[in-house]
Amino acid sequence: MAFARSRQALAVTGVLGLALGVAACGTGNDKKSDNASSPECAAYEKYQGHDGKKVSIYSSIRDIEADRLDQSWKQFEDCTGIDIDHEGSGEFEAQLPVRVDGGNAPDIAFIPQPGLLKRFVDSGKLKPAGADTKAMAEQNYSPDWLKYSTVNGQFYGAPLGSNVKSFVWYSPKTFKEKGWSVPTTWQELIDLSDKIAASGTKPWCAGIESGDATGWPATDWIEDVLLRTAGPEVYDKWTTHGIPFNDPQVVTAVNQAGTILKNEKYVNGGFGGVKSIATTSFQEGGTPITAGKCALHRQASFYANQWPEGTKVAEDGDVFAFYFPAIDPAKGKPVLGGGEFVAAFADRPEVQAVQTYLASGEYANSRAKIGDWVSANKKLDLNNVPNPVDKLSVGILQDEKTVFRFDGSDLMPAAVGAGTFWKGMVAWINGKDTTTVLNDIEGSWK
Amino acid sequence: MEFDFAAEQPKFLMLLYGLIAFVAVVGGLLLLLDVVPTWFARRREAQLVAAAAGGGPVPRRRKQREGLFAFFFLLPTLLFLAIGLVVPAIRTTLLSFMDARSTDWVGLDNYGWMFAEDSIFRVLINTLIWVLLVPLVASAFGLIYAVLVDKARFESAAKSLIFLPMAISFVGAAIIWRFIYAFRGDGQEQIGLLNQIVVSLGGEPKQWLLDSPLNTFLLIVIMVWIQAGFAMVVLSAAIKAIPADIIEAARLDGTTPWQMFWRITMPSIRPALIVVVVTISIATLKVFDIVRTATNGNYDTNVIATEMYNQAFRYGENGQGSALAVFLFVLVLPLVIYQIRNLRKQREG
Repeated sequence: MAFARSRQALAVTGVLGLALGVAACGTGNDKKSDNASSPECAAYEKYQGHDGKKVSIYSSIRDIEADRLDQSWKQFEDCTGIDIDHEGSGEFEAQLPVRVDGGNAPDIAFIPQPGLLKRFVDSGKLKPAGADTKAMAEQNYSPDWLKYSTVNGQFYGAPLGSNVKSFVWYSPKTFKEKGWSVPTTWQELIDLSDKIAASGTKPWCAGIESGDATGWPATDWIEDVLLRTAGPEVYDKWTTHGIPFNDPQVVTAVNQAGTILKNEKYVNGGFGGVKSIATTSFQEGGTPITAGKCALHRQASFYANQWPEGTKVAEDGDVFAFYFPAIDPAKGKPVLGGGEFVAAFADRPEVQAVQTYLASGEYANSRAKIGDWVSANKKLDLNNVPNPVDKLSVGILQDEKTVFRFDGSDLMPAAVGAGTFWKGMVAWINGKDTTTVLNDIEGSWK
Repeated sequence: MEFDFAAEQPKFLMLLYGLIAFVAVVGGLLLLLDVVPTWFARRREAQLVAAAAGGGPVPRRRKQREGLFAFFFLLPTLLFLAIGLVVPAIRTTLLSFMDARSTDWVGLDNYGWMFAEDSIFRVLINTLIWVLLVPLVASAFGLIYAVLVDKARFESAAKSLIFLPMAISFVGAAIIWRFIYAFRGDGQEQIGLLNQIVVSLGGEPKQWLLDSPLNTFLLIVIMVWIQAGFAMVVLSAAIKAIPADIIEAARLDGTTPWQMFWRITMPSIRPALIVVVVTISIATLKVFDIVRTATNGNYDTNVIATEMYNQAFRYGENGQGSALAVFLFVLVLPLVIYQIRNLRKQREG
């Protein structure tokens, strides 16, 4: 009898659960734009006329960053009545193809890899950007940027956020105490490294462990150096396989990077020998700087978020970054960076309205004001960028002398750029010689 | 770090929905399983009562309806098996003969690639090392432990100690062991257990997961740590099931413990031992989480399952990924067939 009763109880629980579930589903929020005609909405007039429509966005942006995104287009939603439904995923790169192939594509995806974007164009899944979006993008972004989302002459979406990777992090406080000055040429950088090494501290620290993306910080290193030793034209040919991956100029660049990364006198401050770079996490890579065990750490602008809590990131603070100097200033000011592109799998008018809005100066300023964000958007007002490193980054991106190039591993086919190149760099740090590593990677590029 | 409950609220809501959905589905199924047979039983009972009261012949249970009934309950399983297993298996096999974008047929190219590419060949070798070592070591550990603690004091406590790792997920276990193998430079405070031991003995800290092939063996230790508990529990139960009279007879004949183990225990638990070895072998062939979490296949530690995932989902090489999947399937197949045959033989015997 007791058995029967417990079964009944379970059944009741089940039914109850079902009822609760239905009730929970019923409380969706019905948004209406009743303030569309208010004065704050004047700027959004050209996006209006899609009241009650829904646009889904899929990206790799999560947690606080995702909340900031929602906040950044809040007013747009209120004024146009378009409901933007953003979903961030930690497995974005792996899940997006699954969703698209499964017929469940989002309306818009923020794709950080032009290589992945091209893959969707090739399979015919991506819709070209509308004329308004294109006009807006051409107005606000330099051709350097737009070429990365242009495939076979067709434009597929404007850039959104960006980051600058050509930075060396240092401690202004330590530099001041020791009387070191920020190097502005490659030679000064090496001289400073030697000086620090002679004083008994290993000058450089690095970490390339990053879960299933282990190796990427080292690929950035190589790309940044190649831009400096061989110049942007060679770099472009290299990323598009116009020259082989193991071209002699690339060998030179990798060896040049090796004079720092594989130099036992220089690395790995605070962690150990050269090989400790392979197992040190990207997040921890630069932290010895705050403890004075290392002086220099080459990493992107977004490393600002990795410092221990309470670290002041500013020109007069505990840590800050300087531009990774050029080797030959005659070749301009090469800047390596990354960013994501607003690509659409649907061409409904409301989707295009969102695409156009995200390419606009209004959006860039709205997002920048919330903090921790950089964009190459020319309309972005420096005064709206609160964070000093972001300010520095935007300044570099807007600089006329800047020769911008996108992170090469994101341009290559994923099997190389997110596969053999990463893994090859891990092996290189772990003691394999440059030629073998580059030959292996070239062999994997089909 | 402070925990902001309000900020995490969506996740908790999600969790709540998941729980509710689980209760709803399971509850619904239980209800169905409870109500439907009861209804039929009642009806039959009523018929019987009516027949008995009317003095007529007892109505016979109709066979056809029972068959229909069985089919009704099998239907969901058959449907799910078809959707979740049969169709994907056929599709994967087809994809393995196609190119990266699954548009053109390429014949056996993907299979040729598997053996020609050095790095992939290394993957196959690593998998071989895994599948040779893990079942052997884990079963041996489990067996020795089961024999040693059998009828000892605190037997259940000793057994739960070894069994506990079974409750930890592979990813969790890999993270735990990553900390054990963790490295900090010479002269710094070590955070890894193994290096701390080495340092206290006067040695230099070492980057354990970096040097091949040592690192593969260190990863295998993780798998053994998890699986030994499983082997121990099954084998211990088998040892306890050996009839007492056989043991008593052997004792009366004056067997040494050594003879007892090889002549009595081993032959008696042989079927259980086979089940354990085969089950662990299959689990080992499919190992993915440990390698992905601990090294992500770097430093020459890759195995088939991780490489398969990388090829298919990260690099967009559907053909090569599928070929690896099919190869893995072919490797597991004989083990499964052997297992099933064995079970059948046992049942007949």
